[in-house]
Amino acid sequence: MGGFTPDNLVKAKEIIGLYPKARSALIPLCHLAQSQDGWLTPEAIVEIADLLDLAPAEVKGTASFYDMLHTEPVGRYLVGVCTNIACMLGGAYELLEHCEDRLGIRCGQTTKDGKFTLEETECMAGCDGPPCVTVNYRYFLGLDNQGIDQLVDDLEAGRLDNEIPPHGTVYRNSRNVGLTASPTQEPQAGGKSSQIAQPTPTKRGAK
Amino acid sequence: MSTPKMVTSRLGFEDSFTIDRYVKTGGYQALRKALKMTPEEVCAEVTTSNLLGRGGAGFETGRKWSMLRANPVRYLVVNGDESEPATFKDRMLIERDPHQLVEGTLISAYAIQATQAFIFIRGEFALGLERVLGAVNEAYEYGAIGPDIFGSGFSVDLVVHPGAGAYICGEETALLESLEGKRGYPRIKPPFFPAVIGLYGEPTVVNNVETMSNMPWIISNGGAAFAALGAGRSTGTRLFALSGHVKQPGNYEIEMAKSTFRDLIYNPDLGGGVRRDNKVKAIIPGGASAPWFGPDQLDLHLDQDEVAKAGSMLGSGSVVVMDEETCMVRAAWRIARFFHRESCGQCTPCREGSGWIDKIMRRIEDGYGREEDLDLLMDACDNIAPGVTWPPQQTTICVLGPSIPSSVAWSIRMFRDEYLIHIKEGGCPFS
Amino acid sequence: MTDDDKFLIKIDGADYEASPGELIIEACDKAGVHVPRFCYHPRMKPVGMCRMCLVEVSGPRGMSLQPSCYMPVQPDMEIVTESDKVKKAQDGVLEFLLINHPLDCPVCDKGGECPLQDQTLTYGPGESRFVEAKRHWAKPIALSELILLDRERCIQCARCTRFAEEVAGDPMIDFMARGDSTEVNIFDDNKFTSYFSGNTVQICPVGALTATPYRFASRPWDLEQAESTCVGCATGCRMVIQSSQDKLIRYLGIDSDPVNQSWLCDKGRFGYLANYAESRVVTPQVDHQEVSWKVAVDHVARAIKEALATTGPESIGIIGGSRLPNEDAYAWSKLARSVFGTNNVDAQLGDGLDPEVIVGLPKATIDETCASPLVVLVGPDIKEESPILFLRLKGAIDRGTTRVLEISPNPTSMTKYSAMSLFHRPGEAHLVVNSLVTPGPTKAGSGAGLPVGGVELADIDRARALIEDSPGVVFVLGRASMADSAQIVTQCASKVRENLPGARFLTVVRRANTHGALDCGLSPNLLPGRMTIDDARGYYEGHWGQVAQGPGMSTGEMLARAAAGSMAVLILLGADPVSDFPSRSLAKKALESGALVVSVTSHLDESAKLAGVILPTTTFGEKGGTTTNFEGRVSSLSRKVTGPGQAFDDWTVAVLLAKELGGDLGFSSQQDISEEMERVVPLYSNLKPHIWTSLAQSDGVVIPLYGDRVVPRWFDPIATPGIASLVHHPLRPGTGVDKESDPVRGESLPQVPARVEFSEVSRELSIPTLDAYSLRLMAPKVLYDRGVLTEPLSGVERPGSVLRVNHYDLDRIGAMSGDRVRVVSSAGAHEAQVEVDDSISKGTALVAFNVPRSEGQVLAGDLIGYGELVTDVRLEAL
Repeated sequence: MGGFTPDNLVKAKEIIGLYPKARSALIPLCHLAQSQDGWLTPEAIVEIADLLDLAPAEVKGTASFYDMLHTEPVGRYLVGVCTNIACMLGGAYELLEHCEDRLGIRCGQTTKDGKFTLEETECMAGCDGPPCVTVNYRYFLGLDNQGIDQLVDDLEAGRLDNEIPPHGTVYRNSRNVGLTASPTQEPQAGGKSSQIAQPTPTKRGAK
Repeated sequence: MSTPKMVTSRLGFEDSFTIDRYVKTGGYQALRKALKMTPEEVCAEVTTSNLLGRGGAGFETGRKWSMLRANPVRYLVVNGDESEPATFKDRMLIERDPHQLVEGTLISAYAIQATQAFIFIRGEFALGLERVLGAVNEAYEYGAIGPDIFGSGFSVDLVVHPGAGAYICGEETALLESLEGKRGYPRIKPPFFPAVIGLYGEPTVVNNVETMSNMPWIISNGGAAFAALGAGRSTGTRLFALSGHVKQPGNYEIEMAKSTFRDLIYNPDLGGGVRRDNKVKAIIPGGASAPWFGPDQLDLHLDQDEVAKAGSMLGSGSVVVMDEETCMVRAAWRIARFFHRESCGQCTPCREGSGWIDKIMRRIEDGYGREEDLDLLMDACDNIAPGVTWPPQQTTICVLGPSIPSSVAWSIRMFRDEYLIHIKEGGCPFS
Repeated sequence: MTDDDKFLIKIDGADYEASPGELIIEACDKAGVHVPRFCYHPRMKPVGMCRMCLVEVSGPRGMSLQPSCYMPVQPDMEIVTESDKVKKAQDGVLEFLLINHPLDCPVCDKGGECPLQDQTLTYGPGESRFVEAKRHWAKPIALSELILLDRERCIQCARCTRFAEEVAGDPMIDFMARGDSTEVNIFDDNKFTSYFSGNTVQICPVGALTATPYRFASRPWDLEQAESTCVGCATGCRMVIQSSQDKLIRYLGIDSDPVNQSWLCDKGRFGYLANYAESRVVTPQVDHQEVSWKVAVDHVARAIKEALATTGPESIGIIGGSRLPNEDAYAWSKLARSVFGTNNVDAQLGDGLDPEVIVGLPKATIDETCASPLVVLVGPDIKEESPILFLRLKGAIDRGTTRVLEISPNPTSMTKYSAMSLFHRPGEAHLVVNSLVTPGPTKAGSGAGLPVGGVELADIDRARALIEDSPGVVFVLGRASMADSAQIVTQCASKVRENLPGARFLTVVRRANTHGALDCGLSPNLLPGRMTIDDARGYYEGHWGQVAQGPGMSTGEMLARAAAGSMAVLILLGADPVSDFPSRSLAKKALESGALVVSVTSHLDESAKLAGVILPTTTFGEKGGTTTNFEGRVSSLSRKVTGPGQAFDDWTVAVLLAKELGGDLGFSSQQDISEEMERVVPLYSNLKPHIWTSLAQSDGVVIPLYGDRVVPRWFDPIATPGIASLVHHPLRPGTGVDKESDPVRGESLPQVPARVEFSEVSRELSIPTLDAYSLRLMAPKVLYDRGVLTEPLSGVERPGSVLRVNHYDLDRIGAMSGDRVRVVSSAGAHEAQVEVDDSISKGTALVAFNVPRSEGQVLAGDLIGYGELVTDVRLEAL
């Protein structure tokens, strides 16, 4: 299975251990998978489903509800331009057009080199410096066209590598205290008591 | 201004988010004090303060807590999913004073005797998540979270839960669904209150970040001191997020009910006036769901009940200012588009109506409108929220549906001529 | 709930009584006030998504529009369903639903029976004001080989996704994305292979979900329909069978409250495909040459006459009959007893249960089982054996009305829903059951120490506590494996009867009318009416003339005698012992022994291929009568189309043979038979003509019948769209039976022999010890087997005959997964490829029974010997 790396599998089980019910860990585990692969791969979906005793369709169905979880590959930098009311009043659509020109892609597309994906976002709560631009959810407020050009140049040259991790890593730290789940602990899967063998997952699982 | 800063007192410090700064500036003293009180006494202080929830609905926090069903398991969930357009106060509190949020959450958890607490933080707040995760790690080491907090015998764990991008998760029951690892679908009501059936079916309190951030001050200074500020039901101070065509957009903590919208926009310490000293054409108080106000309503006080009486809401505490150079059709369309993109898709009127209205509005803005489109828009609004009144009639599972008509219907009512110009001239006169 | 809890509400101005917790829409339905709806389905939890069911409701702030599908009624609530406000809301919702809905009704399978179409006409706006571009999707996409999805037509009501997750427990489909981009889909290429997938098509309120077999097959207005009972297994699900131009086109589940509650499994739903399979036989054959009926019947009659004259009636045997309607089984039973003079009749093929276990134990219905605080499941994976019983039990567990203690050799579909599962060594269930029900000190504390049947004593004690703490218990019994003897199940029943006299039983058998065939006397020791030959021979001689003496032979005994060359004529009544008898080698040898094999069959099955005479019969949908499910519930079958070619009903064949042999059964129609049954067989004595007739539109009756009051059946046209479109009125209220009323048993009946009751067996079974070098064989039945019903159902996932063992046992012989090994059992030695499956307990080997032979593989039937209690096999690396 090409899901989590061994280290991330340990992390995944720690995350599950934080919650009274395993399924609550679904979104955190999707973030973990994206931090590993940049997007939510089918392999990761299957592994998350296994860990949480869900069907892969349920994991994908849940993940696809959320804008940040991508079931298709995304560029290394996800550039978001907020065009909601406050940013629009601050010239966001004009800036978005400039981004399209500068990157040579339309909104929603990824550059051929896989470096940039451009999207139009809803309000990011950066309304005190419109238009609000985010790169992998790091804020750049009040940029004009030149500011965008500079930002893209810096990203391409790797000058922002320390500040902006590749797409998928949202938060670089994690809970490191009071973790109760031992790495070998199985997620709770209903109130099973005595069994000689573990039950096979029913036909819901992927092969 | 001599009003105390209840939630923004530390913002002047570069390192406001660290536990060192927090403790140096009196941090965690309120929690220690609360733990020496009985939970009932803590609740009483909050009830005395009459703190209204700062998320948007403005429900009395003390009353919400008192509705909790007796049960061995109780949860406290902090709503940090701030996604309301032009609202950016919680992000500031989360990023700049995470320990204040953590302390407020712990005080509340003690007050309601929660068995576990969660802070749900909007997934896009990458820095915010790092800051609160860091704060929780520090606070745990400091003895403020976990077993036997500060030797008081009270134990609670606090888990930081990242969202993943969906406006609807700001709705408390959608947030609970999301926290349960499901699609962020608001739950059907009844059951009406999470306090009865909430997270995993257990009694749960859901409070906003700013609400929680007020707790340390209230406990340190007493609920009565809080209630002494403001007027009527609108007590204490409140963060107002001012944006749009003002010279100084930003978050301003001011005393409730004492200032007017005009003060907020024009006071040199606050908004500093409109850009290019233009005239105000309209303002949107309280978030995307709120009916708009015209320039003749700027002297209303920032008072929850006064604004409600005038036909809109203080909501999330945001104010968007639009000056005379703004196209009202485009502004209303953008808000309609927002609801279209963020509808969860459960209820037919919201799912289909939001998309349809988005398309019609876009068509008018682009110059392809027909006069009958205005009636059609009003009727589509009526089919989403019958009567198109304020407060709206809700016929959908949650309030996102009845929020859709606000910008559309009110902009048509206030600026019908501007719509007709778009239609007659075949395009937007402002572009 | 008492009547005191009830209160009054007003619907459209009139007063009605309502109960606490009742939903407004339920109250309206009860009052006969129709509220339009899409997402609401009476068998699933409400979600309130479509908003079509808004009505005006009084509340603290006056009248307001509220969704009737999830708002409960309150005392004195006032409900208005037809105000201008309500109409405006309905208009609005329909307009919204239609803006993105394609106008392809003329080419849509649902057109003409579509709730969206129908309710738009009744409640919707005349025309749309939508001038923008509609949403587009690729159409249709395959969710599986059977189910296609047209996402453009979908109105996001969540009926299918709720069904998959909530009802079936197979969440292989789910909503994806959000808002007006929401679509139903599967994950990648994980197909929607649920056994229950067809239900999603039936409950789809638009044409979004269609089933490949019905696609473009007919228009609803060209369909005729009749109610019938599914014969795919012995659950007896009620369904509507639909035909066009004398051809079966579609089956739909009926909401029969005590049985299938509107659901069907795919095997049953698409069962009509089997009527048109290539293997169908339509002309009589002698020695595989087509002949006339006269020639064929003459041929058989001559052989029987000769046998009677030479080797005697005991050299004639009839195997099978559990696929026949009750009436036809009765005719054959009468033919064997009174004309052939033999009791060699056996409806079961050695793959069922002891007849006394089926008909003689204190019974529980499905409803009673689901209401029992504890259900002990001993036997097969019920999802494979009776899929709808699985759904009913799962539903009861989910609602918290029952808990399940599972006793099984391996994990099953029920394991994840069970309160506790005990996995035992195959063939040793009775030891486990015995230790659970025998009073005495706790097992772990008793000092014995050793596990029982492979189950640890501490677990036995915990399971004992479950039973002891439960105020009532129902045992669901069945055959877990064809490799173990049915005597093990008998032994289990015996232990329970002895120690838990209050316990009741639901015995799960496979073939549809096994219970009915036994009730009609197709059993070596039973005459019609569940009476033994010893008790009832005199009684039946009074009605039938002669009745043979003493018990006859079972299928196994007949086959063994045939194999030894001492049977003259073997009649197979819709039976295929080569496939279904546990020991395949014995069955084959018997049919090839030289006895005249007469296959009375609708399909050319494996045994028919070995038969000297083939007499073609009608099958489901082509013949009427009644059938009896495993509860003992009698329900009707409908003749909807004519049988193909020269196929005759089974009872006609019996009449023809009788005539040819100089006898007269006295039947010239199926009705003659049912009239004789009502008159003669005490078990059927209360099935008065009016009940018999009304069976055609009812949930059936559990016999013996104690009353005859009619209770209405609710019918919701929007919940089952395809059925509604064909009738202008709801289906007539059917008959149910009110058990409280007028018990007539014993008063109006003539003096008759007693019905057989299960008697405990005193002899203990001695299961051979499993030696250290052997594995015990598990050969469970599966839903999609090699039967004639499932074979035409293409595209379903079918297990192959793969030999699977725990990796531990493979390591011991030094083999790897995928290796070829030698498998040795008492029945012979075979080669097979072995696969590792760690869900299989150590010390056991598993091969599914009666499945298609995978390339180079062994069939379970090849390994099973005749007459052994268990089957132990030895694996040797090659």
